[in-house]
Amino acid sequence: MTFIPHTSTEVTEMLDTIGVATIEALFDEIPANLRIRTHLQIPPALTEMELTRFMKKRAQQDEGQLCFIGSGAYEHHIPAVVWDIASRGEFLTSYTPYQAEASQGNLQLLYEYQTMMASLMALDVSNASLYEGATALAEAILMAVRVNKQSKTSHILLPQSVHPFYRQVVKTIVSQQQIKISEIAFNKVTGQIDRDALKQFSAEDITALVVPQPNFFGVLEDVDILTNWAHAKTAVVIGVVNPLAMALLKPPGQWGAQGADIACGEGQPLGIPLASGGPYYGFLCCKKMYMRQLPGRIVGRTVDQSGKEGFVLTLQAREQHIRRAKATSNICTNQGLMVTASTIYMSLLGPRGLRKVALACHQNLLSLQKKLATVSGIKPLFTQPAFHEMVIHLSQPVDMVLQQLAQLKIQAGFNVSRAYPNLSNGLLLCVTETKTEEEIDFFVARLAEVLSTCKPALVK
Amino acid sequence: MTSLIFDQSRTGRYAIAQVPKPLSEKVAIPAALLRIDEPLLPQVSELQVVRHFTNLSRKNFSIDTHFYPLGSCTMKYNPRIAHRLAFLEGFLQRHPLTLEINSQGFMACAYELQEILKTLSGMHSVSLTPMAGAQGEFAGVAMIRAYHQAREDKQRDEILVPDAAHGTNPATAIQCGFKVREIPTDGRGNVDLAALKAAVGPHTAGIMLTNPSTLGVFEEQIQEIATVVHQAGGLLYYDGANLNAILAKVRPGDMGFDVMHINLHKTFATPHGGGGPGGGPVAVSERLAPYLPIPMVKKVGEMFYWLTEEECPQTIGRLSAFMGNAGIILRAYMYARLLGREGMEAVAEFATLNANYLLAKLTKAGFTPAYASRRASHEFIITLKTEAKELHITALDVAKRLLDYGFHAPTMYFPLLVPECLLIEPTETEAKETIDAFADALVKIMHEAREEPALVKNAPHTLPVRRLDEVKAARELDLRAQE
Repeated sequence: MTFIPHTSTEVTEMLDTIGVATIEALFDEIPANLRIRTHLQIPPALTEMELTRFMKKRAQQDEGQLCFIGSGAYEHHIPAVVWDIASRGEFLTSYTPYQAEASQGNLQLLYEYQTMMASLMALDVSNASLYEGATALAEAILMAVRVNKQSKTSHILLPQSVHPFYRQVVKTIVSQQQIKISEIAFNKVTGQIDRDALKQFSAEDITALVVPQPNFFGVLEDVDILTNWAHAKTAVVIGVVNPLAMALLKPPGQWGAQGADIACGEGQPLGIPLASGGPYYGFLCCKKMYMRQLPGRIVGRTVDQSGKEGFVLTLQAREQHIRRAKATSNICTNQGLMVTASTIYMSLLGPRGLRKVALACHQNLLSLQKKLATVSGIKPLFTQPAFHEMVIHLSQPVDMVLQQLAQLKIQAGFNVSRAYPNLSNGLLLCVTETKTEEEIDFFVARLAEVLSTCKPALVK
Repeated sequence: MTSLIFDQSRTGRYAIAQVPKPLSEKVAIPAALLRIDEPLLPQVSELQVVRHFTNLSRKNFSIDTHFYPLGSCTMKYNPRIAHRLAFLEGFLQRHPLTLEINSQGFMACAYELQEILKTLSGMHSVSLTPMAGAQGEFAGVAMIRAYHQAREDKQRDEILVPDAAHGTNPATAIQCGFKVREIPTDGRGNVDLAALKAAVGPHTAGIMLTNPSTLGVFEEQIQEIATVVHQAGGLLYYDGANLNAILAKVRPGDMGFDVMHINLHKTFATPHGGGGPGGGPVAVSERLAPYLPIPMVKKVGEMFYWLTEEECPQTIGRLSAFMGNAGIILRAYMYARLLGREGMEAVAEFATLNANYLLAKLTKAGFTPAYASRRASHEFIITLKTEAKELHITALDVAKRLLDYGFHAPTMYFPLLVPECLLIEPTETEAKETIDAFADALVKIMHEAREEPALVKNAPHTLPVRRLDEVKAARELDLRAQE
């Protein structure tokens, strides 16, 4: 049987030591009526060769797409070193550092990661990761409720310019507790958080304001103004940001006069492949004064018996295995392998390399914007500056355009009306450093063709 | 001083081959929104990165390098081919929002895993989205809550958990807005049925159980427990952490459970990665199916489609921005295809054989099982409380000394019920001689405890560091390198 090393001689010896005649006897405490007596409907075993052939066929069905979708998951070049080293058995098949002395590799790496991520956010402390960006935002909100002692409500302002799926996840998670979420509309012209909509809460006791940067539409928010507004109301500011963009843009810790209190988001852009949606990892950072309320694992530096430096999990009294019902979160795992890859990636790129990647993405967007401006049937939807994504208004139904382009192996973007019914015919596109001028030209040309030649009658 | 990667930084050093060539410094971004300072990231060469992280990896114990009998974690072999094939371009480069028509390969794998998990669990429907066991628990308890709310039964505000439960169980119940009530365990390691009967009532939303329990023994009265809880109007949640013990032998659905999660990083051998990622798909009986988290995959004819909020209006919602740990789902699927029916049916057999064999060897060598009259499941507990009293060594000391012998220690001090305990789970992929060597090491350590106790009390001696000061770490917090 696959991966089972026992020979029949060994089985006999082992049964003898135990003092039973058959393996079946070892299951004698299980009530007979519970036992499955028929064979399960599972296909027979495949050899590795057969599996490889089979999976290659499946993968081939999905390959070769030219991708201009962003919307929370981004295609970047990942250096060969990253996954070569992250895939080493000592990283791939190790586990949670329950025995710190036997896990110094992972623990030191996590300490280095915490340093890099906290610094990228310009905040004091980072945890050792959460599952992904949306759940990280949910955890940040729960944390804000815990730390904001001046607020008597548990009232969170969550802009609609935050990723729609993130808002759905937040709702799923915090609706189980007594927390009120108010959504703030976005300005239809600028694409930013609508300040008038925000002002309606000026007299209210608000626990936290969530500020995206860039926002879901790719647009840059006026983070200083928003942060100062929230702090004047003793609300906690949670920045939900693209970590790659923070190499180029002002990071949460530098927003407004006092800096954002908590920063969170999706770590995927930093060395994690698109991989059909996961595994990714969430990051969560905060000011020093809140660190005891951080959920998830945290690594600290200490010394061993002989005074030599070493690393351990620390502040474990926050976590479920110690506090159980009183834990800050129920989270048990982190996303260790993804953080390993990301830390290697950040080490390779360094501060200047990372900034250049962000810059190259932004400049490709400027190039795309310029080329799209020449195509009739396309109008940019928002006026404000953007990082590497933009929403365009199409003269034809978006789903039809997407389907036509998909036949040419182009994944053109995300139909925003799926999440914003008022933005009909809106397409959210992204362009990263991975796209060449030729590919951008090809895309624009095909898009122009589809817009000029297709007829609405062909829509499904 | 340890050499952190930052210690090797030199201003201006970087891996030029990895950096794109932007056209200029031109940005269409207001100056006030731009970053002026540089974050503290390493400035090193590519070779320095390779050497630093390769050397870090060599300081880790892992399944690939060491026997890892960490109870309740199921540290079985992580098939390398699953990792390699998850990196096929079609899967790896696929954006999660790719149109369905261009996603059929991935969706077929996800759909088929849903079906396989249905078969193994004995349940009606499956959602693959929870990203870890704890998230699966959250989904399960949230579904129980949704079920009672839909019935407008507003009294049910309590979740029962055994006192031996894994910490995520009560933590999850609280996260979902419930109160937690603990049920004691009896002398045989089973939930105390009389105490359970006294605890259930109109406030009972449900109970969270593992079977075999965290004590490593089968919950003999599970059917009675199910009857008691159901009759009181509550539902049963199955924590799948110990599924490896009964895979393809018993189905949680048949035991009376209404909802369960499966730990893909345990039972389905997806790589543990230093602490994650995991996978915690949930399976439910028909009455909870409307509440499953989205998205799921449905099959119509030969085509696969996403099930989202439109098709599932009563869903508890989305648990992640996309569909959870897609790459882990692929690896778990491939594991199931590699094992096939015969392989799946052998898992519990050999996991149980290995555990009972090791238990027998240790018992013969003089160790004290926590539940001597019970069969081991896929794991078992020994208690060192006698040795602790006589020899003044602790389970922690023994665990640390095992590291010197080249074995990762078993789980220590969990469950809390058993003093000075080690929870030992060999898994089915370990050979007899490895188990023999482990038993020998434990015997030797006991000998050392009598003859040369310092060796045990000050272990480990042969690792990159000696025993670490955790108290200092918590008191003098040093959570990052400074600029």
